[in-house]
Amino acid sequence: MDLAFTKEEQAFREEVRQFLRDNVPPDTRRKLVEGRHLSKDEMVTWWRILNKKGWGVSHWPKEYGGTGWTSVQHYIFNEELQSYPAPQPLAFGVSMVGPVIYTFGNEEQKKKYLPRIANVDDWWCQGFSEPGSGSDLASLKTKAERKGDKWIINGQKTWTTLAQHADMIFCLCRTDPAAKKQMGISFIVFSMKSKGVTVRPIQTIDGGAEVNEVFVDDVEVPYENLIGEENKGWDYAKFLLGNERTGIARVGVSKERIRRIKDLASKVESGGKPIIQDPAFREKLAACEIELKALELTQLRVVADEGKHGKGKPNPASSVLKIKGSEIQQTTTELLMEVIGPFAAPYDVHGDDGSNEAMDWTAQIAPSYFNNRKVSIYGGSNEIQRNIIAKAVLGL
Amino acid sequence: MDFDLSEEQRLLKESIDGLLTDSYDFESRKKYMKEKGGWSKTVWLKLAEQGLLGLPFAETDGGFGGGGVETMIVMEALGKALVLEPYLATVVIGGGFLRHAGSDAQKAAHVPGIIDGSKTLAFAQLEKNSRYDLFDVTTTAKKKSEGWVIDGEKFVVLNGENADTLIVTARTKGERRDHKGIGVFLVPANAKGVAKKGYPTQDGLHAADVTFTGVEIGADAVLGNPEDSLALIERVVDEARIALCAEAVGLMDESLKTTVEYIKTRKQFGVPIGSFQSLQHRASDMFVAAEQARSMSMFATMAGDFEDARERSNAIAAAKVQIGKSAKFVGQQSIQLHGGIGMTMEAKIGHYFKRLTMIENTFGDTDYHQRRVAETGGLI
Repeated sequence: MDLAFTKEEQAFREEVRQFLRDNVPPDTRRKLVEGRHLSKDEMVTWWRILNKKGWGVSHWPKEYGGTGWTSVQHYIFNEELQSYPAPQPLAFGVSMVGPVIYTFGNEEQKKKYLPRIANVDDWWCQGFSEPGSGSDLASLKTKAERKGDKWIINGQKTWTTLAQHADMIFCLCRTDPAAKKQMGISFIVFSMKSKGVTVRPIQTIDGGAEVNEVFVDDVEVPYENLIGEENKGWDYAKFLLGNERTGIARVGVSKERIRRIKDLASKVESGGKPIIQDPAFREKLAACEIELKALELTQLRVVADEGKHGKGKPNPASSVLKIKGSEIQQTTTELLMEVIGPFAAPYDVHGDDGSNEAMDWTAQIAPSYFNNRKVSIYGGSNEIQRNIIAKAVLGL
Repeated sequence: MDFDLSEEQRLLKESIDGLLTDSYDFESRKKYMKEKGGWSKTVWLKLAEQGLLGLPFAETDGGFGGGGVETMIVMEALGKALVLEPYLATVVIGGGFLRHAGSDAQKAAHVPGIIDGSKTLAFAQLEKNSRYDLFDVTTTAKKKSEGWVIDGEKFVVLNGENADTLIVTARTKGERRDHKGIGVFLVPANAKGVAKKGYPTQDGLHAADVTFTGVEIGADAVLGNPEDSLALIERVVDEARIALCAEAVGLMDESLKTTVEYIKTRKQFGVPIGSFQSLQHRASDMFVAAEQARSMSMFATMAGDFEDARERSNAIAAAKVQIGKSAKFVGQQSIQLHGGIGMTMEAKIGHYFKRLTMIENTFGDTDYHQRRVAETGGLI
């Protein structure tokens, strides 16, 4: 048992940090610190810098452009991105559809899609949830019918994050209506520019519209856009969601936010002195930091274990990551709200240009607080996570 | 970064788990509790036989040179079995003072007796008004010719009733809450002027209130610098806190396991109560709390080797906070999920809850340590 990072791991951390300092556009970083939304251009520009360096799809197998890093290196890389902060690679392409394609797709599909995912030539979005299918995802109704060498797809997807930017969608569709609900689903990809695809933004409580409804009406898709085997889509979806879980603790994001809390709390006054000097506030913050430290260690236990025993049976501690990670992220946004107090109220009428110097440091704090309520809902709500622990870990 | 046990560590774990499985079921524990002093000399000698009492001592002192991870393994196992024997007082704390500050002569006088199980120690530190502040000391040690005279009162001295030697903190200089002027003294329990009032504690252990009235000891009784030993005390108490974190993890593991087994078998409305989602979610939250505690116990163990004393203390304080919160939640919910039977002395779960509860209030509770972390500016 040796709980310290090795010299090589520390050197790697420094290398990543230096690369970020040299290459992340300053405006991109500033907007992230302030909790603002980035434009599509800003994100794609950064991801292409990352891809040029060879770090765009770091966890993919080497033959498809991956790095061959250890699981601890991946952990360090993600943590540095989150806490610099710099945008993480677009999960829908890099972490979700990419691994499904290189694991279950055919050679032609790998050649066609993987390089374009790596360079974000295609922006991908996820077509899983439907209005009637949230936690009970397998009840989905969007239907793909085979007609000769085509699929005809009809239905509606929802909560589709950043679909407004997307070129491609990977979609779970029912292809065998007679089969039991998990059995008749297929994994099909298609262009968002296809005739019959309509994207309608959903206004969320933070005032933004990062999620959308996607209507799919008689959309014609070539048969070869089926990934893997027909009616095996549920297996691929489970594989994809399994990949999603390891990064979900977002320890680096919370660390960065705690630094911001400390920075703001040393400027904002309460009772004639900086709020950071208020013992009650400091203890609340300390409580959050301690929880985060415990989560970081739990995350490292999971990561180190992956490196040891390869992929396969997940470490039971991994189910803790989603629950605690989301709770802590929410607590950090609550603490930011507490710091700015009455200045949480003004609505951001100035947009994202930061033109009003007096207000630009507070404008995104309330929206960020509202927005972060989502983290205990998406990716399998925390209640679903508790069901998973009860069944898979405790055998209840 | 490696969380796996080495081959030797695995063997150590198997050895202590095996010993306790054989000799420490809940019924045996009840018998040990009734023995003289409230614990079993036979079990203690078995621990000695397996080398566990000599674990942290250097090989040159007759020990096995074990480090923090080895102590963590042992304390987790002791927690899991709800062991009564004075390992913390004798090996972790008593041994800690001797290892960090004992002269060759002091080590030669005390360590062999600890290792072979013939002698136990106790740490007389707590005072009526000191609460958790280690520097708050009114017991005095006054110079008399070559030696010292000790006067004062100490409370809730774990194993104080049985120990052969008391390790006493006493003020040699300055005012009650001064950080300077505190010494540590080895006092024979049978010295003239030592009066002990022993009693069982809420968790089934034994402690004593000890009065020192003009207790004369020699110059060789001083551990370290008699005028400036707060850093030594803090270091050893930090090691005790690390050990308590590990013990609590063992207790929580067993509490969760016992509770989950119970709700799988207890039937109401014709079904096992563990089939109800409200209970499943509670048990899942207990699992989350126990895992977070395990992570922080490991962190505390790692921090025990930090060079920087402030960084070390801060990390261990953070661990104690997490352990305190998790222990309270797991302990209370274990009783809740057991229902009425959890309220009885007959069921073992209540005894785990009681020990977990006392650990929170030993060497700094959750609020105390949270304040410490807050005052030093946090962890990030």
